[in-house]
Amino acid sequence: MLALQLAWRFLREGRTQSLLILAGVTIGIAAFVFVSAIIEGLQVNLLEQTLGSQAHISVSPEEAPPRPLMRDRGVAFARRIEPSEPRRRPFDQWQRAVRRVEATDGVVAVCPKVSGSALAYRGAAEEAVEVVGADAARLRRIVDIPTNLIDGQYRLGGDDAIVGTSLAETLGAGVGDPIRVRSGDRESVLRIVGIFDIGNETVNGRWLVTSLRNAQTLLGRVGDITEIDARVADVYEAERIAREVQARTGVPTESWMERNRDLLTGLRSQDASTTMIRVFVLLAVAMGIASVLSVSVVQRRGQIGILRAVGTSRAVVLGVFLWQGVLFGLVGAFLGSLVGALAGELIESSALFDITVTPRLLLTALGVSVATGVLAAYLPARRAARLDPAAAIRGDE
Amino acid sequence: MTITPALLEIEGVRKSYGGGVTTEVLHGIDLSIQQGDLVALIGPSGSGKSTLLNLIGLLDRPTEGRVVIDGQAVDHLDDRALTALRGKKLGFIFQSHHLLPGLSVLENVMLPSAASRGGFQASMRAPAKELLSAMGLGDWVDAWPRQLSGGMQQRVAVARALMNDPPLVLADEPTGNLDTETSNQVFDLLRQRNAERATAFLIVTHDPAIARRCDRVVELVDGAVVYEGAPSTMKSWA
Ligand SMILES: Nc1ncnc2c1ncn2[C@@H]1O[C@H](COP(=O)(O)OP(=O)(O)OP(=O)(O)O)[C@@H](O)[C@H]1O
Ligand SMILES: [Mg+2]
Repeated sequence: MLALQLAWRFLREGRTQSLLILAGVTIGIAAFVFVSAIIEGLQVNLLEQTLGSQAHISVSPEEAPPRPLMRDRGVAFARRIEPSEPRRRPFDQWQRAVRRVEATDGVVAVCPKVSGSALAYRGAAEEAVEVVGADAARLRRIVDIPTNLIDGQYRLGGDDAIVGTSLAETLGAGVGDPIRVRSGDRESVLRIVGIFDIGNETVNGRWLVTSLRNAQTLLGRVGDITEIDARVADVYEAERIAREVQARTGVPTESWMERNRDLLTGLRSQDASTTMIRVFVLLAVAMGIASVLSVSVVQRRGQIGILRAVGTSRAVVLGVFLWQGVLFGLVGAFLGSLVGALAGELIESSALFDITVTPRLLLTALGVSVATGVLAAYLPARRAARLDPAAAIRGDE
Repeated sequence: MTITPALLEIEGVRKSYGGGVTTEVLHGIDLSIQQGDLVALIGPSGSGKSTLLNLIGLLDRPTEGRVVIDGQAVDHLDDRALTALRGKKLGFIFQSHHLLPGLSVLENVMLPSAASRGGFQASMRAPAKELLSAMGLGDWVDAWPRQLSGGMQQRVAVARALMNDPPLVLADEPTGNLDTETSNQVFDLLRQRNAERATAFLIVTHDPAIARRCDRVVELVDGAVVYEGAPSTMKSWA
């Protein structure tokens, strides 16, 4: 490994230059790691907030787009459409649909659910609620209520009901208290067994979760459901999987990506700007390495000539400078990752989300750093290898 | 009389420089060097001595003519083959840029061996140390070149040129920067190696005292050989 041995000795000899450019690479990679970790943390946090209380995919016959109410000689009249009065359309053969959703690749959890509006009363307090009926074990895999429970327990049997903290507060109810729930002319009395705080004010203030059967009775949909919720392994695959689910079940299916277009656009443009930052940082690093090595090639013309004279091949001379690029990249990646991770750690306390430097990010940093080093070293290395040995020794061009 | 193949044979070598307007620097040189020869190459500045040495050293190619090293014509060899041949058959001593400052004295000496074997190896240390001791530098093995005087550095360069035990060593003004006493010391080392191992030397020099101590003198003027023979029969000494 003559090339590597000589590369190391060249770097050691030009110590000040080497350390300066190493500092540059370190700062560059630190910025790379830091920015990536922050953006990644931010995005994970945004996604968690968004997807914490909604299904990745929902399958529902009632999600069909509103139709014009009258049609006359080609003129369409769209009358006011009441979102609070959805057209009641039964979910035909929903058990079969559940099996089909479960059998779709990429789907990791499925929960048939019935939901609808109702009014909740306790004493003089009255509040509009969204009754959500589902099997406890299935629901927790879609919306993680158990870990966000602040009081009581997570259980949905008999007349059990679980409510969000804001709803409990407006009703002035705590765990163990009964509440009356009315929808149309149907009424049930349920008992609060758990209170959750899921970090989403709409859900905290409106959700009243109970068993599938209770909700079906209360909402007048015995034996029926309103939607099937599903969770997928890769959230960014949700839209593709939703289309497949729709094809398999024949029921309108919507993914979180459709429901949150603005968020998605935001995330994507954030990705684009992160990529820009990364590319510019790496370009700066590459230019630093390339310029230092170019100067080094010029300064060492005589030495390169001597190397060639004593029997060192062009390939080895090329290797000597490529290795210098690799070493800059390698050591810079280690130091930069360390600095970047430390910086992330430092600001994490003041950030509202986790900044996690993942092993994948570190590997990426290592890869791009070494690749940048090699690419940056390539032109100077080629120049060194192509030097005419006689001219190099003579010291002219 | 035994006929051994010449170590170096050049025939009708011409060298021109320049793209549009070319200047011919060497006008058809013939030269032959046998094993054990100690040859001085002299001549005024600009006469083409270094140019000729570079052609023989395979660092440059002639415009015309043939260079044959140890029976092998080199005109059709590619850069790779030339490099390998250079590492095996030739040693170099230059007037300047003698040593690599980033390598220790010992590593500088091991360099030709490292080049031909693809890296520095522990087994190269002993022969390199031995050469340095022979140059009187046994105590400076682990020093850096900049810690050595000019004469000491040049002796390290001599040791390096001898490292692969090449049959022919090319030296371009090896004593040019040294005072008389030091140049004599360096030359003695070359002479001694020549006597012990029959290593051939082609030495470019401006120093008549050095040239007189060689076996044969080749004088170049304006790119042509004007004298070749024993130093004693040379007329043109200043
Ligand atoms: N690469 C080159 N391009 C153009 N001309 C060159 C080149 N190298 C040498 N020359 C010319 O060739 C001639 C011979 O040069 P060379 O260096 O061989 O002379 P020299 O005998 O070694 O001189 P000195 O004693 O000063 O070292 C000079 O006129 C020089 O200017
Ligand atoms: Mg010269």
